[in-house]
Amino acid sequence: MSAVDELFVRTRDENRAALVGYLPAGFPTKAQSIAGIEAMVDGGVDLVEVGLPYSDPVMDGPVIQAAAEQALAAGFRVSDVFDVVAASAATGAPTVIMTYWNPVERYGVERFAADLAAAGGSGLITPDLTPDEAGPWIDASEKYGLDRTFLVAPSSTDERLAMTAEASSGFIYATAVMGVTGAREQTSSLAPELVSRLRQVTDKPVGVGLGVSNGAQAREVAEFADAVIVGSALVRCLLDAPDESAGLDAIRTLARDLRAGVERK
Amino acid sequence: MTYAQPDATGHFGRFGGRFMPEALVAPLDELAAAWTEAKADPAFSAELDRMLREYANIPSPLYEAHRFSKIAGARILLKREDLNHTGAHKIRNVIGQALLAKRIGKPRAIAETGAGQHGVAAATACAYLDLECTVYMGEVDTQRQALNVARMKMLGAEVISVTSGSRTLKDAINEALRDWVASVDTTSYLFGTAAGPHPFPSMVRDLTRGIGDEARAQCLELTGALPDAAVACVGGGSNAIGLFTAFIDDADVKLLGVEAGGDGVETGRHAATITGGEVGVLHGARSFLLQDEDGQTIESHSISAGLDYPGVGPEHSYLADIGRASYVPATDAAAMSAFDLLCKSEGIIPAIESAHALAGALELAKELGPDSTILVNLSGRGDKDVHTAAEYFGLLDGPVVLDEGVEE
Ligand SMILES: Cc1ncc(COP(=O)(O)O)c(C=O)c1O
Repeated sequence: MSAVDELFVRTRDENRAALVGYLPAGFPTKAQSIAGIEAMVDGGVDLVEVGLPYSDPVMDGPVIQAAAEQALAAGFRVSDVFDVVAASAATGAPTVIMTYWNPVERYGVERFAADLAAAGGSGLITPDLTPDEAGPWIDASEKYGLDRTFLVAPSSTDERLAMTAEASSGFIYATAVMGVTGAREQTSSLAPELVSRLRQVTDKPVGVGLGVSNGAQAREVAEFADAVIVGSALVRCLLDAPDESAGLDAIRTLARDLRAGVERK
Repeated sequence: MTYAQPDATGHFGRFGGRFMPEALVAPLDELAAAWTEAKADPAFSAELDRMLREYANIPSPLYEAHRFSKIAGARILLKREDLNHTGAHKIRNVIGQALLAKRIGKPRAIAETGAGQHGVAAATACAYLDLECTVYMGEVDTQRQALNVARMKMLGAEVISVTSGSRTLKDAINEALRDWVASVDTTSYLFGTAAGPHPFPSMVRDLTRGIGDEARAQCLELTGALPDAAVACVGGGSNAIGLFTAFIDDADVKLLGVEAGGDGVETGRHAATITGGEVGVLHGARSFLLQDEDGQTIESHSISAGLDYPGVGPEHSYLADIGRASYVPATDAAAMSAFDLLCKSEGIIPAIESAHALAGALELAKELGPDSTILVNLSGRGDKDVHTAAEYFGLLDGPVVLDEGVEE
């Protein structure tokens, strides 16, 4: 059983959803991105998604784009991500990398998997790699015992939901809306239906992301999902903060609010 | 053996495929199915042919460039795509995609553009076919190509200036894809070149292959034989694949793609993706691309905005890989020298993109000799480039007022 599997056993026992938090590695610096992750775990995040900054993030809205651009401008290198993963995993929270595909292919799929496993990472979330093109990653993840989180969307056919669920391990990432990352005023009306369609074909845990930004929204999503995934709202805490400690305080406060939401209380 | 690419999932050997957010996979499958159906429907083909003929001035003529040939030292035939409506081959692709959009009932269209040529063609097709049109263009390009921005607006399109990333074509594509993920129920993405995720590379090829099909027949009629070589410039690859496709099974016809060599491939400031790039994934397909050690995309450089793209369509990577086509760079200087030569010897101002093909042909002529026939795709006309070229050749005395009082 992977660390991610164990987390979902525990949260199911506790009758709550897991809280998944995203922050990009190297934003605004490597050390500060690690401090941000520690703050969100401290505030109650159960599973950490470390974003890998990429030059062409087509699935991301303005907030995460801006963070990735800053990280790259500050000299982020792909090999830095493993230090961030190691520090994140050291908090005790299972840690996965969310990455576009080209940096992994360029690094070498097998080498990336080996270094991720060595850093204590649990797996990858791949926003532009579907199981259709994932042969080498599936092999490498098997070899190194890593989880594969693929995405599903409201537009996915039933056939693709089944195929994607079958190829996934750890959890499946259901994108709540047709759109890119970014906080939204209202939770999606499409998400409950997507998750219930997914439940027909799998009993693997389902995380719902895209747009969740506060505890009230997290509570709504926790009614039907196994995990609530929050990205842009956490990144914004750092983007908007006047100084580092204000940013970390904002992250901790938001994480606590979100955590209360996923407790379903 | 006859050439049959791609496979059912859009792979040209190890290239191509579909590296896209899952949200777009079902829509891309629907698009692929709709295109397969439309292509097989004689009513659709007849309608498209009629539009190209009546509206876009297609088929374009094949022209024997006598004076240019004399200087080149080989018989040079120009496929005159510069005479098409809107001034380039791009109209073939975009009318086809816009007509498909009508057929599947999507009222809104989006497009990306670099130089503005595809954006102008898209705005034109949308005006013609009554579609709402939004064009994404990098902020840097909106400044370099202010007149084309005005053209698109005149034609009723909304132009969105993209301020993320390097603010050029690749970022315009990113932003168009972000729009599309959120709007795909009502919106078609009119993609401007033979790159991107399946089915775009093969669909765009199907729509531009008329260039080569016509030129092959025109060349046979004019000379009684096939040309020794077919030459085209390569940005994303739509005009080149449109020219090459008709000749792929003619093993004796050499296929030459000319990439933008910028300041010279050795300087790192270029857009010669196949010559100077490495295999990776960008904008939905595996192909050659300009990237750093970490797989981050590197910005390209070329005097020609239409060739200034760090990627290339996957079929060109495949044709290079199997050795059926070769790809060489032409520097800014070589292209501008060929540009000057065509202006002065033939009275034709070519697009700077097309001038790269001419530069490649001049080199090739030295190799093939005076008995050879070289077919060159003159992919577009140079009206849009008058300012750039005049600046390059130092023909401007004072500041030129473009529009809205912007001085360049
Ligand atoms: C006249 C002309 N030729 C060539 C190109 C390059 O595109 P492609 O490689 O897709 O033919 C462009 C692009 O804007 C163009 O305007």
